[in-house]
Amino acid sequence: MSRTITIKALKYNPNSSISKPHMVEYKLEETDGMTLFIALTKIREEMDADLSFDFVCRAGICGSCGMMVNGQPVLACRTLTKNFPDGVLELFPMPAFKLIKDLSVDTGNWMNDMSKRVESWIHTEHEVDISKLEAPIEPDVADATFELDRCIECGICVAACGTKLMRPDFVGAVGLNRVARFECDPHDNRTIEDYYELVGDDDGIFGCMSLLACEDNCPKHLPLQSKIAYMRRKLVALR
Amino acid sequence: MSDLIEGFLGKSVEGKKSRLPAKLDFVQSATGLFLGLFMWGHMFFVSTILVSNDLMYNVTKMFEGGFFFEERQHWIDAVLIIFVLVVFFTHAGLGMRKFPINFRQWQVYKTHMKMMKHDETSMWYVQAITGFVMFFLGSAHLFIILLHVADIGPYLSGSRIYSLWPFYILLLLAVEFHGGIGLYRLCIKWGWFEGNNAKETRAKLKKVKWVITAFFLTLGILTFVAYFKIGLEQKDNAGERYQPSAMIKVIDNIKVGS
Ligand code: HEM
Ligand code: SF4
Ligand code: FES
Repeated sequence: MSRTITIKALKYNPNSSISKPHMVEYKLEETDGMTLFIALTKIREEMDADLSFDFVCRAGICGSCGMMVNGQPVLACRTLTKNFPDGVLELFPMPAFKLIKDLSVDTGNWMNDMSKRVESWIHTEHEVDISKLEAPIEPDVADATFELDRCIECGICVAACGTKLMRPDFVGAVGLNRVARFECDPHDNRTIEDYYELVGDDDGIFGCMSLLACEDNCPKHLPLQSKIAYMRRKLVALR
Repeated sequence: MSDLIEGFLGKSVEGKKSRLPAKLDFVQSATGLFLGLFMWGHMFFVSTILVSNDLMYNVTKMFEGGFFFEERQHWIDAVLIIFVLVVFFTHAGLGMRKFPINFRQWQVYKTHMKMMKHDETSMWYVQAITGFVMFFLGSAHLFIILLHVADIGPYLSGSRIYSLWPFYILLLLAVEFHGGIGLYRLCIKWGWFEGNNAKETRAKLKKVKWVITAFFLTLGILTFVAYFKIGLEQKDNAGERYQPSAMIKVIDNIKVGS
């Protein structure tokens, strides 16, 4: 049985001098297995060509479609409209990031800055000799690293974080997870001292107030709570 | 000199990031843990009034060196109170770093909290508000007791609670919510009891947290009522000190004997 759903979206273009932030309401027929991506595309095609939002993969892989749906930060492409019993979805762009227009925010540049800030690459003196077999890595260790490497940089943990909203310089769960990812990777020769230099302050690990909204909303279910606690213990234990 | 350089740059003289933020984070937690556990102990001691006036009197006496001295040694209380005051001020000072420090921060947090309806995010707000409340009520309570160290006992404590009852009710609520949430947050923050399944542990910890809060709130309210009743009964005998029944019996015996 099909029903009519209501989608309300914030519309605002901060770069336009005449644009004023306002909510727009769209009504459309729900279809089988409809995701928010399908609904928004339909709205753009049939009702409002001016509505901005971001999608690439439509499969929860690229991390570009994060938005606030009824107050929760989610991936829109993985949000089924049928999970909203009253059929009303109120959409806001993710806070914490620079607003481009309507539901579209700039997570890319933010993530890039974060990556540079925590030096998100392998630091090693080791020269790779491609004529030789790679040194083996314990499967457990490799798994642990891959597990944390699953982050898709969607920014949902950042948008969910009350600390980050109050303090724009806070590195966020994604940044702390990145540090933990390299900390457990045996290819990286950095020590705890080195990581302290990156995130050992109140904008880094000690700024985290353990609000856990990152952990509860990460679409990849990364163990953010445990990894932040782990890094905190390591960095505090340093003399 | 090194303090000057570190203060100026936020870096040690070796050009390394200051270790102070790590220490402050640790001290915030350590003082919070101490205060949280202290408040549990405190509640058990004051709630002895529910058993009998004598027990409360004897516990007070025990804290004042009752095992070693014939007379109550009020200075022991004073030392303990001053120690708690120092820990309390330290914790409050460090807690302040986390408060919203301008209207926009407060506004953005509140909006976010209302939108997201996420437990731990809302609980932090409660912790910040109750912490703020305790700046005033906690300090006032510690000072009142410090100024009246000699006046701790069933009657005089009862009279105090009777005359200041709104103050004590608010303080009880603030301490129990702040402390309960704080201890839960401590476990999360440092990964205590985490085991192999952090999510499961967290769900359990949260349940335990609510049970503990409910327990101490109930005990606290019952204790409050007990003191309040004593205060009400003592209304017309202001300043009268409680005489433990054992002593009264001895005096009675002498009377009978003479
Ligand atoms: C003026 C009084 C107080 C203020 C302003 C205050 C403030 C705070 C704040 C803002 C936090 C959060 C810290 C964070 O998010 O990292 C906190 C944590 C905590 N507080 Fe208090 N607090 C006060 C008194 C107390 C008292 C009396 C207790 C004991 C019942 C207590 C127990 C705790 C605990 C256990 C924590 C968790 C520690 C942590 O997160 O590291 N606090 N306090
Ligand atoms: S940690 Fe999770 S929520 Fe945060 S950016 Fe990565 S995938 Fe998204
Ligand atoms: S569009 Fe790629 S994650 Fe949603």
